Amino acid sequence: MRKSGYLLRRFIQAIVTCFVAITFNFILFRALPGSVVSNLSRVPNASPALKIALTKEFGLDKSRWVQYGDYLSQLAHFNLGVSYQNSRPVLGNLISDLANTIPMVTLGTLISIVLGVVTGVIAAWRRGTQVENLAVAPALGFYAMPAQWLGLMLIVLFSSFLPTSGMSNQFLIDPTPLQHLEDVLQHMILPSLTLGLVLYGQYTLIVRSSMLETLSEDYILTAKAAGLSKPRILTRYAFRNAMLPVVSVVALSLGFIVGGAILVETVFNWPGIGLAVYQAVLYRDYPMLQGAFLVLTLSVIFFNLLADVLYLRLDPRIS
Amino acid sequence: MFPEVDPNAVEPVGVVIPAEPEAAELVTGKQASTSSFAVVARAVRHSPSAMVGLVILVVLVLIALLAPLIAPYNVNVQAGKPFTHPGGGHLLGLDDGGYDVFSLLMWGLRVSLLVGFAATFVASGVGSVVGIVAGYFGGAWDSILMRITDYFLVIPALPLMISVADIWGPSLFHTIVVIGVLSWTVTALVVRAQARTVKERVYVKRERSIGASHRWIISHHVLPQLVPLIVANTVLNISYAIFLETALAFLGLGDPNLVSLGTMIQHAFLASAVVQGAWWAIVPPGVLVAVIILACSLFGRAIEDAFNPRLRAANLGARSFTRIRVSKDRG
Repeated sequence: MRKSGYLLRRFIQAIVTCFVAITFNFILFRALPGSVVSNLSRVPNASPALKIALTKEFGLDKSRWVQYGDYLSQLAHFNLGVSYQNSRPVLGNLISDLANTIPMVTLGTLISIVLGVVTGVIAAWRRGTQVENLAVAPALGFYAMPAQWLGLMLIVLFSSFLPTSGMSNQFLIDPTPLQHLEDVLQHMILPSLTLGLVLYGQYTLIVRSSMLETLSEDYILTAKAAGLSKPRILTRYAFRNAMLPVVSVVALSLGFIVGGAILVETVFNWPGIGLAVYQAVLYRDYPMLQGAFLVLTLSVIFFNLLADVLYLRLDPRIS
Repeated sequence: MFPEVDPNAVEPVGVVIPAEPEAAELVTGKQASTSSFAVVARAVRHSPSAMVGLVILVVLVLIALLAPLIAPYNVNVQAGKPFTHPGGGHLLGLDDGGYDVFSLLMWGLRVSLLVGFAATFVASGVGSVVGIVAGYFGGAWDSILMRITDYFLVIPALPLMISVADIWGPSLFHTIVVIGVLSWTVTALVVRAQARTVKERVYVKRERSIGASHRWIISHHVLPQLVPLIVANTVLNISYAIFLETALAFLGLGDPNLVSLGTMIQHAFLASAVVQGAWWAIVPPGVLVAVIILACSLFGRAIEDAFNPRLRAANLGARSFTRIRVSKDRG
């Protein structure tokens, strides 16, 4: 019963956070100095009449509260505005972008988790040896590299073996679905690998310290005293408990994953939501930028909630 | 990119668990603070990696400060054809505009470090104030400020910074403010945790009961104990800020009139230095960023470890675990 209470509280908290995000999104783009109109009408020979017309068109002549009400009601109808770049609804653009981003980011995150857990466990197991240094040093190295730079380096290294730009080969005529899948997967390798490499360093460090803390617990000593074998203690007793903090840390690093995705997609020209953010900045496409920011924030909130629910299932001690 | 801290996690990873004060330190806050600095000094002396990090940072800061004097070429004057190979007086060749890469690196380092230090100054300031108010005063202040912190922890930092920087327009000042104002959360959580424990110490309660003001207690007991913690966090924050600066600059939101390490990467990317095979224009700025971030991490983590007795104990336990395993293998 206490668990369902906790879940309910956590759920309400997530909804409140969503509402704060939506409100913040409104304030950010409407109420900050340097409004959309003053930026848009910064073109040469802009007349005061243009400025007034633009102000009216965007509804900026109404009071802030009316604007806020309009914004909320449009949002409730899933209207995020129209993109300046292609004059299509922002939401449709974002959905197709998101569909391209999710597989790439998922693969990248999986790479980072696998690399992080393996190197972290090895580092903790061989604590104080050369093996630990060998596991931790590359993790720290990759973690220190800017994602966009590592992406460019991988292009230099692999440009002769793998495609480095876009999502599919435009010159592939009438591909079968299987060929198309193979083509997309080939294009996905480098962006996902870049994302995985820049993200895994922090997981290595966290898995390592979490394993070390677990190994110093009393029940591990008990298991040792009872004469259980080392692999059994490590896998069945230490590893499973040490993975608990990792779940929440992965969830919390979602913000970084999103940030990394923006940079990686820009470098590899991957037509996802990150590239959409870059192009929105490039073309001063405020509706797209605002929509992308909202979608990214809401998805991070959602996955955080998901991680909390998962945590609750994994760790029976929490009530 | 640093693992952020979950205030709700069972065992917050990365949060510095305050060292229990020893009996002698309980007498006055001043003694406790000098001993905290002694902990830092000892950490640097005993850990070679912390020493390496500190030395690298000092050298880089010196280079950045002296850039106008020691840079071999004027970075505002074209020195030759774009993408000229290294050699012939140009240690790292020329970039896409025909400027000397080696001199640009020095000037870029200057801007990147300036952003790193200034943004961290802002972040540490905001984080410390939020942390002290929430931790020391508690109650409604605590719950309101922690709700806000929770929100800033969840919100994806880079998209938010991109949005704000885009609306404000690109400039050095905006970059600093945006990064500073949006990366204070971890500092606030660490400071809050420590402020709460200091508040509960017996000598603080005794002073309160004989009429010491909040201002006196904060300036004489809370702050001195927090300074080393804030310093450790600041070092880690600097690398985070430099990272974000490269990202913003890469997306075209850096100051267009200044060269930072981030804009160097951006220029190389936009001018397809990779396709041209001009590795000298793209490799050095990234390597330099990685070196700065590694140096900050080495130094910052050594200080953090020195303040985290639980981690030390854990390492000890694990080491004995390994030792037993090895001896059995031999036997």
